[in-house]
Amino acid sequence: MKITFPHMGNAHIAIDAMLEKLKLEVIPPPPISKKTFELGVKYCPEFACMPLKINLGNFIEALEMGADTILMAGGWGPCRFGYYAQVERDILNDLGFEYKMIILEAPDSRVSELFNQLKALGENVSVWEAFKAVKYAWYKIKIVENLERRFAYIHPRAEDKNRAEDIYDKGLQEIQSADDKHEVERVGLKCLERLNKLALTGEEPLKIGLVGEIYTVLEPMANCSIARCLGRLNVEVDNSIYISDWLNDHLLGGLAKKSHRKNLVRCASPYLNYFVGGHGLETVGSTVDYARKKFDGVIQVGPLTCMPEIVAQSVLGMVSKEEGIPCMTLYFDEHAGTAGIQTRLEAFTDMLRRKKILTGFSC
Amino acid sequence: MKKIGIPRGLFYYYYYPLYKTFFTDLGARAILSSPTTRITVDRGIDAAVDETCFPIKVYFGHVKELCKYELDYLFVPRLVSIENRSYICPKFMGVPDMIRASFTSLPPLIDITVDLSRSDRDFKDQVLKTGRLFTKKSSRIQDAYEHGKQELEYCKHIASQGYTMAEAINIWEGQDIRQQRDGSLRIGVLGHGYSLYDEAISMNIIGRLREMGCTVVLPESLSLEQVEQEAASMPKRIFWTLGRKMVGSALKMEKMPDIDGIIYVACFGCGPDSFIGEIIERKVNDKAYMLIVIDEHTGEGGLVTRLEAFCDMLKRRRRQQVEDHISAYG
Repeated sequence: MKITFPHMGNAHIAIDAMLEKLKLEVIPPPPISKKTFELGVKYCPEFACMPLKINLGNFIEALEMGADTILMAGGWGPCRFGYYAQVERDILNDLGFEYKMIILEAPDSRVSELFNQLKALGENVSVWEAFKAVKYAWYKIKIVENLERRFAYIHPRAEDKNRAEDIYDKGLQEIQSADDKHEVERVGLKCLERLNKLALTGEEPLKIGLVGEIYTVLEPMANCSIARCLGRLNVEVDNSIYISDWLNDHLLGGLAKKSHRKNLVRCASPYLNYFVGGHGLETVGSTVDYARKKFDGVIQVGPLTCMPEIVAQSVLGMVSKEEGIPCMTLYFDEHAGTAGIQTRLEAFTDMLRRKKILTGFSC
Repeated sequence: MKKIGIPRGLFYYYYYPLYKTFFTDLGARAILSSPTTRITVDRGIDAAVDETCFPIKVYFGHVKELCKYELDYLFVPRLVSIENRSYICPKFMGVPDMIRASFTSLPPLIDITVDLSRSDRDFKDQVLKTGRLFTKKSSRIQDAYEHGKQELEYCKHIASQGYTMAEAINIWEGQDIRQQRDGSLRIGVLGHGYSLYDEAISMNIIGRLREMGCTVVLPESLSLEQVEQEAASMPKRIFWTLGRKMVGSALKMEKMPDIDGIIYVACFGCGPDSFIGEIIERKVNDKAYMLIVIDEHTGEGGLVTRLEAFCDMLKRRRRQQVEDHISAYG
């Protein structure tokens, strides 16, 4: 069995590790490229949201490389993601690929269900080994996220931004290829150290919160590398959501760490009082949270026609007014006009800077 | 007498008889916004975020119209789920919040949450809570609700005879609408009721087909059981109520020998429809199938041309069917 899975930000580092510990042969799809988009756009329904198109592109590329099994997540709505796997299977079947698709449905209540699903997936592994595989993947993702956070702090402050990016990219690669816990820890620390040694400009950067749909927030190819663009504009970007949060809330039932979702739900009231699928409620909650933490602005990202994000966007106008935080919404699809995004980011940050100076005077 | 505004949009087309009977029985007056016009549409486009789908924008237009009247309440329910383990659409779940954020001077909202995805206990509380605004007697509220359900069933019964839900509601209100003559072609028309039956949203697609001499078969005229049974043939249960109904109806229509073709009317940007339209296209192989995507554009000419072309093709197929079979995509 040669197994593959869809890309989402740096999640592949952890998924890869987990599947290998389940004694499977893994063929990760090649990094998302223009070709991935093209394949997805060609075969997906025209008005489907972008993550579906990228997923499908990933699968086709991986199947062409020899994978014969696809691992995908499921769900029960109301967001479209819950039906992704079904649509993708139909399309791939019609294209004539031969493969097996394994869909991990999020357990309703018990975490043990997840381990059992994973055990069934692995070849000759015990539940205990399945548990250890998850634990190892979890550890790896924590190290990766530490690095992501540190990079988000250093990048806007660093004098040599190219160097910071190089160190970070190389660090991720090293973590990916490290194959035991100690090695992961060692290369993780080494990379952090290198980042910390970089010369800083000493200026205090603007702080912007990045909220929105999880795939678009986490996958640089899906958001025109918005975080890196902002970093280069001397803006510190805080992600409202990390892959570990999602795994923790949705797959592990909140066992792995303390969930801050409750706080976000509280923040979202009275603007949005009900779960609206996807990350709509979290988007509104995080925006309020950022406003109260005195961030300079918030950028909401999502795939075009994303239903939960449209609901969130509709109420963000009021949040922005009431809580006094500038918000901008960017939707992404397969278009590749990065210059337009760059211009909008520059305009937004210029405006925030001016606002900061003016309010500084009036105080 | 307390006045309650009911926007003529979204689930008006599925539930209005229930709403109206319930409020009237409790001694209130239900005030309906006028049928959708270009002005409604423009108002909606003004008020709503660009990316929302057309029916929501139209709904906003109706809300805006109702804001002009002196109302005691505005009825904008939060429809999360109307049956077990299914949803309608994320946007429906946020409608009251979106309305609060988009309008400045609103009458008090009745934004009860309808969530039957797990149990109906909460829902009963919500009905009682709404009724208490008008009367203290729980039994009276119960009676009004039961009466409303009966009226709704009656209205659905009218619709099952070949009327659109909009026509059925008008007949239920006492209007006289003549049954259409049987046309030469029978075409199944599918779509979410709030876009299909609103003549402004669907650009009167049903009326146009009838004018062209077609008999239109709507999902409401199919038996619910058969539709569910067909929908159950999907490998994974579709968790959107309307989406599942549409897939089931399409599969059922495919098997009905007297139906010549199927048209699916979807709104641009509708999340579930972006998948449902695709699923139907892949599953329905034995009948001609056309997907029409609409939004607030006003180019009716394009629509008419496509309908005419579709009908012409079906007619030609019928003539030639005696000789041989032409592919469904001919």
